Amino acid sequence: MVTEFFILLKQELVITAIVFLLLFLKLGKDRSNESVLTIVNVLLFVNLAAGFFGNQEGTIFNDMFRTNSLIVFEKNILNLAFWLISLQSYAWLRTHKHVIEFYLLLLTSLLGMFFMISSGNLLMFYLGLEMSTIPLAAAANFDLAKRQSSEAAMKLIISSAFSSGLLLFGISLVYGVSGTLLFNEIPAHLSADPLHILAFILFFSGIAFKISAVPFHLWTADVYEGAPVAVTSFLSVVSKGAVLFVLVPILYRAFQPLAGTWYNILFVLALATIIIGNLFAIRQNNLKRFLAFSSIAQVGFILVGVSAGSPAGMASVVFFILVYVFSNLAAFGVISLVSALAGKENVTDYKGFYTTNPFLSWILTIALFSLAGVPPAAGFFGKFFLLIAGAARGNYWLISIAALNMVVSFYYYLRVVKAIFMDSNEQPISRITVPVLPKLSLYICLVGIILTGLASFVYDYIYSLSYGL
Amino acid sequence: MNLSLLILLPLVTALVILFCNGLKQVRVAALVGSVAQLAVSVRLLLSYQAERAAGNHSPMLFESKQEWFSSLHINYHIGVDGISIAMILLTASVVVAGILVSWTMDKLSKEFFFLLILLSMGAYGFFISLDLFTLFFFLEVAVIPKFLLIGIWGSGKKEYSAMKLALMLMGGSALVFVGLMGVYYQTGSFDLMQIANTPIPLDVQKFFFPFVFLGFGIFAALFPFHTWVPDGHASAPTAASMFLAGISMKLGGYGCLRVATYLMPDAAHAYSWIIILLATIAIIYGAFATMMQTDLKYINAYSSVSHCGFVILGIGMLTRTSINGAVLQMVSHGLMTALFFAAIGMIYSRTHTRMVQQLGGLLKVMPFISTVFVIAGLCSLGLPGFSGFVAEMTVFMGSWQNPDGWYRFATILACASIVVTAVYILRAVGKTIMGPMDDHYATLTDASWNEKLAATILIVGIVLIGVAPFLINQLIMPGTDTIMMQVGKAITQK
Repeated sequence: MVTEFFILLKQELVITAIVFLLLFLKLGKDRSNESVLTIVNVLLFVNLAAGFFGNQEGTIFNDMFRTNSLIVFEKNILNLAFWLISLQSYAWLRTHKHVIEFYLLLLTSLLGMFFMISSGNLLMFYLGLEMSTIPLAAAANFDLAKRQSSEAAMKLIISSAFSSGLLLFGISLVYGVSGTLLFNEIPAHLSADPLHILAFILFFSGIAFKISAVPFHLWTADVYEGAPVAVTSFLSVVSKGAVLFVLVPILYRAFQPLAGTWYNILFVLALATIIIGNLFAIRQNNLKRFLAFSSIAQVGFILVGVSAGSPAGMASVVFFILVYVFSNLAAFGVISLVSALAGKENVTDYKGFYTTNPFLSWILTIALFSLAGVPPAAGFFGKFFLLIAGAARGNYWLISIAALNMVVSFYYYLRVVKAIFMDSNEQPISRITVPVLPKLSLYICLVGIILTGLASFVYDYIYSLSYGL
Repeated sequence: MNLSLLILLPLVTALVILFCNGLKQVRVAALVGSVAQLAVSVRLLLSYQAERAAGNHSPMLFESKQEWFSSLHINYHIGVDGISIAMILLTASVVVAGILVSWTMDKLSKEFFFLLILLSMGAYGFFISLDLFTLFFFLEVAVIPKFLLIGIWGSGKKEYSAMKLALMLMGGSALVFVGLMGVYYQTGSFDLMQIANTPIPLDVQKFFFPFVFLGFGIFAALFPFHTWVPDGHASAPTAASMFLAGISMKLGGYGCLRVATYLMPDAAHAYSWIIILLATIAIIYGAFATMMQTDLKYINAYSSVSHCGFVILGIGMLTRTSINGAVLQMVSHGLMTALFFAAIGMIYSRTHTRMVQQLGGLLKVMPFISTVFVIAGLCSLGLPGFSGFVAEMTVFMGSWQNPDGWYRFATILACASIVVTAVYILRAVGKTIMGPMDDHYATLTDASWNEKLAATILIVGIVLIGVAPFLINQLIMPGTDTIMMQVGKAITQK
């Protein structure tokens, strides 16, 4: 029993251990930021590597906590994303006063997400979700000198609290009608009764807030713009990814009896999210806001995949999030370097970027192409598989509108590419020397973008796991 | 014959270019790679003919199939028939010629040649794919290089043209994508040959055919989605214009034929009147629009709209001869337009203007370039002895075989457009190379060795098809027959 406890909770325990190590590090003698950052990044790599060994399937705490190969894989994706973000924020954190606190907050948040992904019970799910959100709000405030950063934190905490309220209301109604919170037992008590549907809608509204699906997307742009780039990338990749990971089994298992209802809801929300995200992204000048809206549109595409309700849908969602980690983080990596070292964040600042920084330009371009879904970048495969899964329902109008929206998204991604390569500028951003760690992360992202799609075994592996819904 | 070589060679060339330094190394690498590619293509042609002579009558030769995404039944499946080989030869010639005319491209030369090679890789992959996913993959691979080539190295309102082209082509591929989804879920496969053997119900065909045909049609300048053609061609640098007209628009024509018509022949039959209507409009409208142009590149671009209309017309008529003619026209138009753009590029790089009224008497100072220009022009207006005549004649003959009265009327209209073509071609050619010459053109030089070589390669192709059409007919006939068999099934079922 005890060894099983340790093995199943391994990934959570490793993170907890790192948190405590960092606490001791903080209490010990003063160290330079560089050495602390090196230690942390090594630890995070160990954390990532540990996730690949000695995993088992099983449940503990009376089915509150469960784990299987797919869940372990999802946690590894999040670990990888967090490690990449940490490498990328090196340039920014080097001069920051509170490096360790920053990591304490984000690691705690990551721990919460792990519990959320592993949850087999709505209560556990809620605890994990809250544990992941509250530290994030504090982290959003980490550009201590900027007022915008505080504003972002405030907006994040208030909107999260509101969405958590909705979520809790939904959960309590589910408990009221079914008398249980276990994913496995809920389906037996659910039917297409209006009260049950109301419970689901409230529950789903809370989730929609977290993944910033329309119409609950309004907080996204402001928070993304105000928060430090590292937190923005954490919010847009790790945080969204985690909620989507857990959304799929909850929909497919716990709310299985309401499949007809949630398909219609997802259908409408996916289209609205894609269209509105695209339309707003067209007009953005600040790159972080731009990526915020583009990420809203991406969530719309993911929802198309979720709506499939099949193993292929599940596999395509997990695969897309892996691809999204690489693509989005490559883009954020370049933006965070430019923001930290040149202090510029606008599309217009990037005019003539290629003349001074060819390496960063190509990375950003390839990342944007991957986000736009252009082959041979992995994003092409990701989008293709999401839509292919969604099309299994036979709703070709949904697929057509989504496909045509890819053209719209193409326009705004190309706008940035155009600024980088084609527009001339008297004073382009001066040449940036990229430190080693961020460079490493950019190379990893690049390899990921090129290989994840072309090397078919990644998708096939995820697909083979997704049978164990 | 290993077909994957056709994809690997450009890939290797592109990677080598990345490690080269300076224009001299880069262009040599690109030239060596593209010549090797041409050699492989010719070798492919020879071994294809040897196979056919040995009595191998399977529709596709040199097939190879490997699982790619096994859980979704996606395979890397390649193979060729005569039509694809004709397209591959066309691509290879245009690529060599395009690289030769860009011999002195010193602005970001490494990126330039890298993108050219990448574009050609997309085209090769597209033409040899027998799996719809692979086909779609390569179709999209070829889009982005065009955007960058026009936007970075272009002239005039290049950003606008590049964006317009990229968005319209992406729109086209989005439509194709939806169609492919439909076919996939109807037949459970992405495999071209397998789908061809699975009957698809008429209403399903009718729903998805427009998506596929329109999508590919955008690539092939189908009216009213031709608007990217003039702007894109006019703004692109010379080599990119050649690639666009010579290769990229052929992706569309090939897709209309191989995917839309071959897989959904019933719908092709049902919708043929719309296709022919649009094609006729494109032919007439393109010809008259060309009359109004004064910029040489716009002249050639609008005439491309008109000439590509013949391709669509040939496909829409659905007779054996007309489809044969459509393929011939694709090859012929590819060579001829590439030659035309090469000549325009050579003239422009010397005179720094493309306006017809500012040019004149160039024959005196640059006899070679002027001759090339005349040959391209005469081929374009369909003079016997050049490929244009053979191709257009075949399309007209094939179209006339379709007994429907209205279709014959469309054929007559299309034929009549040749008169208009003659007017604008002769006017442009005459004004440019004859007549009085402006004094400051007197010091200009004639073509350099690389330009001569580029033009020669294309002219050889044009003349070869022109004087010995049976050679290429032999090549593409079996391919046409495969498609006609599908169409025939569709017609007899009625």
